[in-house]
Amino acid sequence: MLPIVVENIHKSFGDVKALQNISFTVEEGELFGLIGPDGAGKSTLFRILATLLLADKGTASVNGSDVVKDYRTIRSQVGYMPGRFSLYQDLTIEENLNFFATIFNTTVEENYDLIKEIYEQIEPFKKRPAGKLSGGMKQKLALCCALVHKPKVLFLDEPTTGVDPVSRKEFWEMLQRLKEKGIPILVSTPYMDEAILCDRVALMQKGEIMMINTPAAIVADFGKPIWAARADNMYHLIRDIRAFEGTDSCYAFGEYLHVTLHQPVEELKDHLKAHKGLIITPAKAGIEDAFMQLMQEQNEAV
Amino acid sequence: MRTILFILQKEFLQIFRNRAMLPIIFIVPVVQLLVLSFAANYEIRNLSVDIVDQDNSTWSRQLRDKLFASGYFSLNRQTYNPKEAYADLEADKVDLVLTIPQHFERDLVREDEVKVQMLVNAINGSKAGLANGYATSIINSFNRQVRLDWLAMDEDNAPEHMDISARYWYNPDMNYKFFMVPGILVVLVTLIGAFLSGMNIVKEKEMGTIEQLNVTPIRKHHFIIGKLLPFWIIALFELTFGLVVGKLVFNIPFAGNLGYVFLFAGIYLIVMLGMGLLVSTFTETQQQAMFITWFFMIIFILMSGLFTPVESMPVWAQKITLFNPIAYFVKVIRMVMLKGSGWADVRYYLGIMLVFAVVINSVAVWNYRKTV
Repeated sequence: MLPIVVENIHKSFGDVKALQNISFTVEEGELFGLIGPDGAGKSTLFRILATLLLADKGTASVNGSDVVKDYRTIRSQVGYMPGRFSLYQDLTIEENLNFFATIFNTTVEENYDLIKEIYEQIEPFKKRPAGKLSGGMKQKLALCCALVHKPKVLFLDEPTTGVDPVSRKEFWEMLQRLKEKGIPILVSTPYMDEAILCDRVALMQKGEIMMINTPAAIVADFGKPIWAARADNMYHLIRDIRAFEGTDSCYAFGEYLHVTLHQPVEELKDHLKAHKGLIITPAKAGIEDAFMQLMQEQNEAV
Repeated sequence: MRTILFILQKEFLQIFRNRAMLPIIFIVPVVQLLVLSFAANYEIRNLSVDIVDQDNSTWSRQLRDKLFASGYFSLNRQTYNPKEAYADLEADKVDLVLTIPQHFERDLVREDEVKVQMLVNAINGSKAGLANGYATSIINSFNRQVRLDWLAMDEDNAPEHMDISARYWYNPDMNYKFFMVPGILVVLVTLIGAFLSGMNIVKEKEMGTIEQLNVTPIRKHHFIIGKLLPFWIIALFELTFGLVVGKLVFNIPFAGNLGYVFLFAGIYLIVMLGMGLLVSTFTETQQQAMFITWFFMIIFILMSGLFTPVESMPVWAQKITLFNPIAYFVKVIRMVMLKGSGWADVRYYLGIMLVFAVVINSVAVWNYRKTV
């Protein structure tokens, strides 16, 4: 029995096709990432799996229960952390946690070992109303509340959006430890650097899954060599590279441009010889390169 | 059942943590009772009057003195020139102009008939009606007195005439506070029942917490009962509190069994909470919920018979008040408290209220299932 099985899910809001033909499975103890920009349909998918929304077509099951027929079973078994902070802002950390424990018919003490590590970080502020916490602390509290009833599956919708880099890193370390405890986790994020921390990822755009694989395989599949280019005048450089007929793609990546070509790199260098301080070196493809390429292919296909 | 208890616990924690809530519960009712009961008084005194006395005779002066002896009127100007009085009326300085024509006394004696003119400023309709009523009855009684005096008879020998004596039943002194306080209590209970309950549910939507709550074993009926019950309790507490204040400050009568008031209030509140729930199903923010509730409340309150009697409304409006729960509660609370009405009088209204409660809650729950 797989923790999450999604088959041919479709969902439209009026004319907007939020999800099209979505299928994937999440294995036992797997950290599965949904990666995609805003509007890719990640939250819609979460809401369908969390039984908050009905799909137009297709089926999905969580821990062996159908999301439509057995929604009540699912609701008592999963931990869900919505994209938007959804705890009581006027209740303290302690009160929120106790409330969510009691409505799941359990107590904080009973499952304390599961939340201990996370809770200890926010415990000094346990008398503080949740609305007065920082972004990172809010997310930790939300994770505690989602975990307090020892869920069989964890749904985390963009848990690190709007959180500072240090807290983001800590948060992902916590997810790794939860995974080791055997809880399957479905997490979404718009950040590519977080994608490589997942066991497997589904790259999503415009309501469709473009590819599902391990981050390493996605990078390895990226067939073409990538060139990192920079020059004194980056603005002119990007314009000139894109104008070059041998260029497949050219995107800014930090201080470099990542370029793929279907002509030898020497010809590009020749084309750009007027630029001062020009550096072109081979680069290693990242998941972001793969994503950009898939996105471009999908856009061209339309 | 336990789940409902946990939700209730959370609700009360949130309600009493809300800084605005305690003043709403304890200060607002006292202020409303004190201010509205004293202010919403139909007994109008000190209506200002211009007397245009063109006769200046003994009789005309007697008529004038009689008018002012009543205590309802105060003299603004006495003049001979009607134009001055008209100007006062135009400038809204006076409520009534009484014109006593020339030869008032002579005609009264000689021709047994005389006319006086009364001009009433009807900018404020109820004030104009009262001014007219008071003045007419004073002039009538003056008229009778004149005839007695003129015929030089004592009252036993007078020609046949009818004497009217009025007595106000259930409120012998016509104390308006006795009449207003129960009505204002109804408004208070209504505010808590309809406004706060609806806003309390919408708040979960607005803050997004409903998203989290829905992915828990909480069932819909747990949620609805848990969210509404606190306001049922608070509103009944509010009613008790208001009755105590009414008794202590105004010494309002409790002629009937207060049990009926609470029984009726209990069911009435279910209607109001159902309305709050209904509003919450088609609103997304507390602001929207508040404006929609406000729209209905202002109509219900103004058409409830609290300030103006239902019987004085046009027939179509009276038909509308048949669907106005506030009108029933205002009627019942006055019946029980002032008149001492018992089960036989109350049960009909109680039945109507029960029907309301069932209907509105069915619609609200049905709509709630559909939307959330």
